[in-house]
Amino acid sequence: MLNSYIPVLVLAVLAAVLAVGMVVLSFLLGPKRPDQRKLSPYECGVTPVGSAREKFPVKFFLVAMLFIIFDVETIFLYPWAVTFKDAPKAVQAFNLIEMGVFIAILFVGYFYMLGTRALEWEESERAQPRRVQLSDVARKLEPASREEAVLPR
Amino acid sequence: MIAAVIQFFEQHPLLWTFVKAVVLASFTLMIPLAVIWIERKVAGFIQSRLGPLHVGPHGTLQTVADALKLLLKEDIVPDGADKRFFYIAPYIAFISTVLSFMVLPFAPGWVALEMNVAVLFVIGVSLFNVVSILMAGWSSNNKYSLLGGLRAVAQLLSYEIPMVLSVLAVVFYTGSLSLTEIVEYQVKHGWNIWHPPIMIAALIYFICALAEINRTPFDLPEAESELVSGFNTEYSGMRFAFFFASEFANNFFITAFAAALFFGGWDGPILPPIVWTFLKVFVMIFVFMWVRWTPPRLRIDQILRFAWQLLVPVSLVNLLFAIALGVK
Repeated sequence: MLNSYIPVLVLAVLAAVLAVGMVVLSFLLGPKRPDQRKLSPYECGVTPVGSAREKFPVKFFLVAMLFIIFDVETIFLYPWAVTFKDAPKAVQAFNLIEMGVFIAILFVGYFYMLGTRALEWEESERAQPRRVQLSDVARKLEPASREEAVLPR
Repeated sequence: MIAAVIQFFEQHPLLWTFVKAVVLASFTLMIPLAVIWIERKVAGFIQSRLGPLHVGPHGTLQTVADALKLLLKEDIVPDGADKRFFYIAPYIAFISTVLSFMVLPFAPGWVALEMNVAVLFVIGVSLFNVVSILMAGWSSNNKYSLLGGLRAVAQLLSYEIPMVLSVLAVVFYTGSLSLTEIVEYQVKHGWNIWHPPIMIAALIYFICALAEINRTPFDLPEAESELVSGFNTEYSGMRFAFFFASEFANNFFITAFAAALFFGGWDGPILPPIVWTFLKVFVMIFVFMWVRWTPPRLRIDQILRFAWQLLVPVSLVNLLFAIALGVK
């Protein structure tokens, strides 16, 4: 069974060898004259200000979490879609209802996401500009409680 | 002579696999040269310029010259970069692109690996691209790279879901995950695009494909006017070339995938199948380039809102529509 995936491994290794080989070739052929200016992070010619390992909006993380939830759910639909047509009529009817329920639950989760305004980016612009804090996210995830969520700081 | 060669490879399947792998990997390296040349020509003509002209007839060798130039450039790793991630990010991008080509049927029998879960394989493998972009953006120790990488990841992940859902409509109709079987189904029953739900699915796929390969109006990950070059700002020489090459190879792949899913793959009259595949792919690539020079760039929150608040529900409803029409 796994034998049929050997070509994938062969190709992956070959592509890696090819890519590494070309980078090594470029390393051998290219000039090597590093200096301090050249090696400093590029910031449009200005001396870099501060570190690049900054805080970034937690919204990006939220998008990734939402992606995981929805992607697992959509991938779950694939085996269902493949086997649907070959199944006998009675099983088909059952499958159909089952999937209707599944998609309905997916929609419930989706509307909950909309309701908690998980993807509203402008919110912090309307108020005075400030950084998004963990407690903001916690509050968004629990729309019922108006009080600020108590989180260890 | 030819029969002897065929017999030889039938006796040594691993060697045959290796030959196919070599052909596929070099194809993935060569196709960006062509696509980039077309891109620059199309861009030129749309802006009333001539585009590359001097190297080779009509500038066809310009990208080859550019690749050679990149080969001879200094390999710079910025101070404070996380070296391990910085080094391997372009390789991961390239490998994931090459692997996705593996299950693509170019013509009857012209597929490197006949896989019964090809569609899932493509979805899984192409997501490695996101990993490489995040690695490159974070490890560069550059603010532009970090922002570009984060934007790219948020955008690619958000558009992945409507894309997967729109492909699901096709899978539902054809009842197979193998790309070859999907194309063969279309040769027998007519192209998928003529079913109304799949027409909507194809439109969603088209929008998501634009976002997946970072094209205007979704080219925020490398918005030149604000982020210099986005996640690959700090990359130079061959490492940059691999990012660039895998981006354009992905451009080719995503259209070829669409051709196989919606437009009957190699199906077409008179001309040989392989010509039809390439014809469909290049027509779609041209449309992508045309779009690039027409609408302006959006903002990251607009892009994400568009994906989550419009494309996801529309593709889910469209899936129900497809099921309703498909059940007999």
